[in-house]
Amino acid sequence: MTDVKANGGTLLRARPLSPHLSVYRWTLTMAMSIAHRLTGAALYAGTLLLVWWLVALATDAGAYETFARFIGSILGRVILFGFTWALFHHMFGGIRHFVWDVGRGLDHPAREWITALSLVAGLALTILVWIIAFLIR
Amino acid sequence: MARNPQSMRSSLAVVRGLGSARSGTSEFWHQRLTGIALVPLTIAFVWIIVSMIGKDYNTMRRILANPLAAILLLLFILSGIHHMQIGMRVIIEDYIHREGAKIAALIANAFFAVLVGFVALFAVLKICFS
Ligand code: HEM
Repeated sequence: MTDVKANGGTLLRARPLSPHLSVYRWTLTMAMSIAHRLTGAALYAGTLLLVWWLVALATDAGAYETFARFIGSILGRVILFGFTWALFHHMFGGIRHFVWDVGRGLDHPAREWITALSLVAGLALTILVWIIAFLIR
Repeated sequence: MARNPQSMRSSLAVVRGLGSARSGTSEFWHQRLTGIALVPLTIAFVWIIVSMIGKDYNTMRRILANPLAAILLLLFILSGIHHMQIGMRVIIEDYIHREGAKIAALIANAFFAVLVGFVALFAVLKICFS
């Protein structure tokens, strides 16, 4: 370990750095932790879509037509599907955080269980909503 | 924290670096508070959108002009932008360490959240009251 000089000129031992993330075996809880952050950021960007929708609706039928044509296109639907999933995935991930916040579900099998449960619940609710959407269309 | 009565360190030196004594958990708390509010509000939001599927422009506006739907949507927007601004601030503070860039990102984050929020709120209110 190398020695470094601190401000006052005293010798300090360089502190050990924590190993990088890449040395750990991947677990579901790790992947889902990042997924929670990524879905949060995706929803952040997705608010632009929400604003477009509301402003178009508040403007006139022509403006709404432009939005409707975009959201009805293949790309629009893929984005909307992704938005739906991000929303539900993040919601169940958030509920899992609340369970952890009150100190429950933190032991070994439990934390993997509720993580898997929140993953499945997010996917299931997304698919359910889209099935309903296609049925009543 | 228990203090050694013989210590010559000042009170300030003892607490320095330990974090805020009062408002340090405020962001964490607001993140949870808005998160809790967002669970029912998100379900309401999706419900409102699903109820509009296949409807024409005027019917959609009428659905949104319903007071219950409008209030739930307004609450969703309010809690959502507060929540996402705190969340993005945490992300920025985690990844951007250069002081100037960090402050610029934090300012952009605050402006984005407020702008998105107010435009969305205005649009909903306009639909309700016109
Ligand atoms: C649907 C209900 C929601 C719940 C229950 C929820 C819950 C949470 C919780 C508990 C956290 C903190 C995670 C942590 O401490 O690591 C969080 C972070 C975050 N949320 Fe949400 N949230 C919801 C909706 C939203 C929405 C609609 C947006 C954006 C428009 C959003 C954006 C974010 C962002 C950007 C973060 C920061 C992510 C991070 O720090 O890793 N959330 N959410």
